[in-house]
Amino acid sequence: MSSQAINSSVSKVIRPLSMDKLNGGQKLAVHYFTVAMILFMAQLLFGLLAGMQYLMPDFLYNTLDFNVNRMVHINAMIVWMLYGFIGSIYWFLEDESGVEIVGLKWGKIAFWVLTVAVTIVVLVYLLVQTGSGTKSSIWLINEGREYIEAPRWADIGIVAVVLVFFYNVAATFSKGKWSGIAGVLTLDLVALAGLYIAGMFYTTNISVDQYWWWWVIHLWVEATWEVLVGCIMAWSLMTLLGVRRKIVQTWLYIEVALMFGSGILGLGHHYFWIGTPEYWLTIGGFFSALEPIPLVAMVVHSIYDSGVHHFKTRNHPAFAWIIAHAFGNFFGAGVWGFMHTLPQINLYTHGTQWTASHGHLAFFGAYATINIAFFYLAVQKMRGDCWMGGNMPDNGWKWKAAMVLLNLGVVGMTVALLIAGYEQSFIERAVEGSTWGGYFAAQSHPWFIQAMVWRMVFGVMTFIGGILLFWDLLTIGKYEPRPAVGVSQ
Amino acid sequence: MNENRPVWASESFWKKVAVWVTAGSFVILIFLTFDSISQITAGGSRVAAYTVINKKVTYRFDKTKNRYQPVILDQDEPLFGQMLDEKQAYELVNLGKLTIQAKNCMNCHTLLGNGAYYAPDLTKAWLDQGWGTAASREMLMLQFLQNPGKYARTYGTNRKMPQLGITEKEAKGIIAYLKWMSTIDTNGFPNNFTAIDAEED
Ligand code: HEM
Ligand code: HEM
Ligand SMILES: [Fe+2]
Repeated sequence: MSSQAINSSVSKVIRPLSMDKLNGGQKLAVHYFTVAMILFMAQLLFGLLAGMQYLMPDFLYNTLDFNVNRMVHINAMIVWMLYGFIGSIYWFLEDESGVEIVGLKWGKIAFWVLTVAVTIVVLVYLLVQTGSGTKSSIWLINEGREYIEAPRWADIGIVAVVLVFFYNVAATFSKGKWSGIAGVLTLDLVALAGLYIAGMFYTTNISVDQYWWWWVIHLWVEATWEVLVGCIMAWSLMTLLGVRRKIVQTWLYIEVALMFGSGILGLGHHYFWIGTPEYWLTIGGFFSALEPIPLVAMVVHSIYDSGVHHFKTRNHPAFAWIIAHAFGNFFGAGVWGFMHTLPQINLYTHGTQWTASHGHLAFFGAYATINIAFFYLAVQKMRGDCWMGGNMPDNGWKWKAAMVLLNLGVVGMTVALLIAGYEQSFIERAVEGSTWGGYFAAQSHPWFIQAMVWRMVFGVMTFIGGILLFWDLLTIGKYEPRPAVGVSQ
Repeated sequence: MNENRPVWASESFWKKVAVWVTAGSFVILIFLTFDSISQITAGGSRVAAYTVINKKVTYRFDKTKNRYQPVILDQDEPLFGQMLDEKQAYELVNLGKLTIQAKNCMNCHTLLGNGAYYAPDLTKAWLDQGWGTAASREMLMLQFLQNPGKYARTYGTNRKMPQLGITEKEAKGIIAYLKWMSTIDTNGFPNNFTAIDAEED
């Protein structure tokens, strides 16, 4: 169709945003995606507040302190990504298994229970903030452990909800057909949920505490989450590009072997300095240094398949975010992770802005991207499977701009934090020997302050990208007259 | 075409590799976990018993290991002038840990290098020269924790710790915690750190 023809039909076609064409699992997925997107915006907002406090320490001092803002920032991130993953799996569960979801009703109840719990937890974070030094603070207010701050009552709720989800996945595949993807996914979910329980006990001993805490955090992001997105990627490549199942599944097994083979013992890169024995210096250094290999494999595999299929796809924004995922995962986790993973360098970079630089690029590149891709798959179907590409009625400017701003924003923040990290590692750690005085000498150095300013500039860019993304998800395809052109599956 | 494909390019081969590699790595991890946990329980070879808070402790460069190493001196230095038995010491340190979690310290500070980067690492906070002398340290720490806004030393950054409503008892627990934590053998992290009483040794 010529562009004139599109333009002349613009005013005539209005596609409603509707759930009519969605299967049961997909309807539920849309619920999860909606909350995920709202929490993503909350994450960005509280990131801005925390980042601002680096520049203006009096900003919200004793009202919404840095620790509160940061807790909401990173906890919202973990929760929205888990929502996104659950949604993504519900999204393709019926297609992949060939049958309807077994316990959809329970799935819906679980969604509402989880969402109410998350709301209460966030309100308590913001309004109560901290408690006295008692067990009940940990049970009711917050656990005070990074990323898994949710109080214990909420942990138990989360486990219950995840069990319902797991039941739905396992039982639906059992009733329908088991594929290679189904098998890997199911086993991976067992591990993912089981690991959460490793983070659910209190101990006085900080070394033992951090030992198990890293089981949750590391074995999530560098093992089970990585395999989970491998499954999601496998399915996406089949759907978006029409890659053959045999090929994606073989790749999936290779990736599982490489990822678990390096990532499980790679856990040792967090056991260098927490009191654990010296052999972890060798084991952790060696295995974690291998972790980039599966990430390279994933890039090669997705780009190669894309090339073979001539990058032809019915959903350009989703596909672009999938490619962003492949590269983001490789650079954020693989390259930025590798940069500080050997103990010889980690002795100086451990717990500096260097870590924050890596954390931002890795979480965004590996996990935010692929969830955003699924948001686009969902809105496409909700708009009656319309065409989604660069040549939409408004030239698709919103999805393109959101994509550029978000990626550029996060990369910009990553580079700013890396510069701050270099400076901090040198001045505070190497020169000053990590005293409080040394810490502040590094924090007040002009290089550090400049880096923090640039982080804010790029943070605002990221935030604008987020707003555009939100707006685009609500509007994309509304005036698109053409149906999506299917790919062979 | 399928018949010509080498074994190592087949789906079933990689499925087996995936299963064996995962299981093998996990078994090794479990084995190492048992060993590590036994060494890091309080009173184990790398993490001191809680009664270490009765002792004078420091952090020094160890020539044979070629790295820094916590040192527990054979000299009493009871916290707040009071020798504590095992149970009392545990209770005080435990109160410290509960308070550290309830006040969400780790979303500003790092402990053993993990946490947030808005405020200094607390791994060796007990031994930091910022407290002036070992004699004034306990009092300064007590004052500061209960009223951080007032007693903040921000070194020109104006970054102050917020008022967290820490009670005197909780503050004592936190201080005990920091003292105990400074004796954990962290394989030389942080490097090049000069402890508060370094001149005396
Ligand atoms: C998508 C995967 C990954 C994500 C989301 C991720 C995220 C993170 C985050 C958020 C932290 C900071 C944790 C904290 O707050 O204390 C961290 C630490 C670390 N990561 Fe990753 N990471 C990933 C993959 C990797 C890989 C593949 C490597 C190595 C090749 C790596 C190496 C490290 C190291 C060495 C640290 C410790 C930094 C320190 O000592 O302070 N990461 N990671
Ligand atoms: C609006 C943009 C953002 C700003 C201004 C921002 C700011 C911040 C700040 C100030 C911290 C605390 C660092 C510290 O402890 O000193 C932080 C931590 C963190 N943020 Fe962001 N952030 C933004 C976006 C993001 C995004 C998009 C992601 C990932 C999807 C992300 C992931 C993280 C993670 C994983 C940490 C913990 C890092 C660590 O402990 O090493 N942030 N962020
Ligand atoms: Fe890790």
